[in-house]
Amino acid sequence: GRAMDIFGDLRRMNKRQLYYQVLNFAMIVSSALMIWKGLIVVTGSESPIVVVLSGSMEPAFHRGDLLFLTNFHDNPIRAGEIVVFKVEGRDIPIVHRVIKIHEKENGDIKFLTKGDNNEVDDRGLYKDGQNWLEKKDVVGRARGFLPYVGMVTIIMNDYPKFKYALLAVMGAYVLLKRES
Amino acid sequence: LRKNVDDFTGPRERSDLGFVTFDITADILNRKNVQTKQSYLNKMVFFLTCIHLQSIFDWNVKQLFVYLSVEYSTKKNALNQVVLWDKVILRGDNPRLFLKDMKSKYFFFDDGNGLKGNKNVTFTLSWNVVPNAGILPLVTGSGHVSVPFPDTYETTKSY
Repeated sequence: GRAMDIFGDLRRMNKRQLYYQVLNFAMIVSSALMIWKGLIVVTGSESPIVVVLSGSMEPAFHRGDLLFLTNFHDNPIRAGEIVVFKVEGRDIPIVHRVIKIHEKENGDIKFLTKGDNNEVDDRGLYKDGQNWLEKKDVVGRARGFLPYVGMVTIIMNDYPKFKYALLAVMGAYVLLKRES
Repeated sequence: LRKNVDDFTGPRERSDLGFVTFDITADILNRKNVQTKQSYLNKMVFFLTCIHLQSIFDWNVKQLFVYLSVEYSTKKNALNQVVLWDKVILRGDNPRLFLKDMKSKYFFFDDGNGLKGNKNVTFTLSWNVVPNAGILPLVTGSGHVSVPFPDTYETTKSY
């Protein structure tokens, strides 16, 4: 049946065709990486696209929404802006709003954040003894957003088997696809 | 009205704490040209208007996040901004705000003692437009109120 056809295909494919398919696949991966690196350079942010992981900014953002960030250093941080930051020592980016800033003449700034949907500010989330965030903690400022699209990432995180299955299907498709 | 107390929300140093009460009258729909007016004592009355050409609530606007922020300058910090109050207005909610005698939602702590005798403490109303999908602009309403803070501390509790 179908399975035997696929094995037949694989055996009949000669070495040149296999190398060609692998190179094709490598090109797709390289192009994707180049686009991602390009985005990092253009936006100035180490992570220009992030997925919202919690409900602390509802009803504006929900779990699974996608945010587009920029991180231009000459763009000052002001109260009311939505920033994505990382707490020292932790990998998970947090998306909250700036509610307080104190900036010195030379541009040094310390600020406080809070999730729209939270009762209290984020001091409980910061490191022990840390009362303020600084420019270096910021991953980027939220400039645009798309709803729901990031759900795929969350599903892949919560169900790793789904991630492997998806990769396997993608790999098989690229390797076996024939150009007519 | 201002006191000097331990900033119990954060750093354990004595910082100035400001108390304000305010009225907000905002018609975020209209383009009517309006002025700001300051009532007496600590009460400020805002009349604010939208600076956009058409109704701000179009098909792609999911909600507005409106917030009142205060901006001032002190010897210690050249620029300070504190958000005192915020509100979410969903599409379909009444975009006209008539709020009287509001107290600030969040504590108005300065980083230090810069509120005493501060001549120029400016209050503005701004909002974040959250679309169904797309760009997230931050808009500042036209119209702001500047208030001088008193030179002395209040020692009686009257908040």
